[in-house]
Amino acid sequence: MKNKTRLLSGPYLFWAISFIIIPLAMIFSYGLTDRSGAYTLANIASIASAEHSKALWLSLKLSLIATVICLLLGYPLAYILAHMKSRMGMIIFIFILPMWMNFLLRTLAWQTLLEKTGVINTMLTFIGLPTISVINTSKAIVLGMVYNFLPFMVLPLYNSLTKIDDNVINAAYDLGANGFQTFIKIILPLTVPGIISGITMVFVPALTTFVISKLLGGSKILLIGNVIEEQFTQASNWHLGSGLSIVLMAFILVNMLLSAIFDRDGEANVL
Amino acid sequence: MTNRRHHASDILKKIYIILIFVFLYAPILTLIILSFNRSKTRAKWGGFTFKWYGSLFTNRDIMQALYTTLLIALLSSAIATVIGVCACLGLNKMKSSSRSVILGVTNIPMLNADIVTGISLMLLFLSFGMRFGFGTILLSHITFNIPYVILSVMPRMKNLNLSVYEAALDLGASGPYAFFKVVLPELLPGILSGFLLAFTMSLDDFIITHFTKGAGIDTLSTKIYTEVKKGIKPEMYALSTIIFVTVLILLLLINRPEKDSKQEPNTNTSTVVIP
Repeated sequence: MKNKTRLLSGPYLFWAISFIIIPLAMIFSYGLTDRSGAYTLANIASIASAEHSKALWLSLKLSLIATVICLLLGYPLAYILAHMKSRMGMIIFIFILPMWMNFLLRTLAWQTLLEKTGVINTMLTFIGLPTISVINTSKAIVLGMVYNFLPFMVLPLYNSLTKIDDNVINAAYDLGANGFQTFIKIILPLTVPGIISGITMVFVPALTTFVISKLLGGSKILLIGNVIEEQFTQASNWHLGSGLSIVLMAFILVNMLLSAIFDRDGEANVL
Repeated sequence: MTNRRHHASDILKKIYIILIFVFLYAPILTLIILSFNRSKTRAKWGGFTFKWYGSLFTNRDIMQALYTTLLIALLSSAIATVIGVCACLGLNKMKSSSRSVILGVTNIPMLNADIVTGISLMLLFLSFGMRFGFGTILLSHITFNIPYVILSVMPRMKNLNLSVYEAALDLGASGPYAFFKVVLPELLPGILSGFLLAFTMSLDDFIITHFTKGAGIDTLSTKIYTEVKKGIKPEMYALSTIIFVTVLILLLLINRPEKDSKQEPNTNTSTVVIP
């Protein structure tokens, strides 16, 4: 009986090998060869070219900024929500509901809001404030990243905050700590797994996006995701595109390793 | 509970939540308003109209894309649920070392960037000379959906009391009968939330579909993407508004009687997480 049950995972094993492992191996086989099939490191080395390194650097910079903003906005929010004794349903309302509006449309709506004669500028002019010109700049891209990925930060933070035992916090107060000390010494260290998992979940999609930069950054600002996407959809240079993907994966891997070190039990996983 | 709440800080908290709420919902409100805009461009307001809601249903392109999107979401999440649940049952019986290797592989599509997943699948389909279309999209969606099912069902698996199953067998139940009567009901909440999660993911996916779809077939996401340059058809706003309002009403209905907090927060989050 036991052996039979084990066989049930057979279809999945077949699936995982065919559609997860082999495809990843294909990226490596394309990335490490040229069109004639000869082994080369040129595709990976091309990340050092001026154009590609600029795109990678900009992606790193913008995704780091977006991650920090998400953390700074998300932590107080998760904290307030965790202490409101709100039902989970409310959190779902606030953060999950927007996701049922198509991601591309939601991002596009920011064009309407941010344009020179858009909604926000019209309101600013109306109350006599100077207008802002954000659209088609890297600021708009960061805004798009924060907007799209903030929930990924808040949910793990919320989970790790609600797991803190109230008695621990009460004990800190009873022993004479003030609110600030309690936060720094007790709450913050206990939510490190949530912070790390939130950072990973914001940083990876932000680093690798090509949609947000395309929709909000105009056509001039290229992130590494845009460069890779173009290799596949326009330039048809799959070898170069795969080589750059390997570089991208290296960054993702470093990020994952860091999070594994800080979050050994995986306890802050959203799922 | 030492909740020393001060009035002022309470107000500050409320203001903060409202600000975030505005940030999250301003674009959605914008889209809803645009669905009533008589003018075809989103740049100017041409007066109030319902006409896009009418013409939506006669727009064959959008209806076709909606059909494809829903069919892919339904099929891929159903197939992923079956494969995923079977995988969990099997994994449960494995040595913990091989189990953790397999679960590690399962994590790859979730932790990896969508663009890399999309490209890797595209290269696979290319090398096997597959025709890009409905089939390749479906295979890709099943691939990224299975991990969500496994991660929703696996925690339930650990809590499963196998002696109940064995007791059923001892009392003369056949293996499958005992499974459907005893094991499945235990797993059902996890299976359901895994299915819903997978469905949501599939519905909202753009990036992986973008790389695996081929010409001549579109989901709503890829259709919107091709329309970005020419300008989005107002019917698209109308459709999104309908979908959004439907889900809003469904969530309101589901959430209302949930007074008894039987479900632990974790299972609850996982019902609808993140694209």
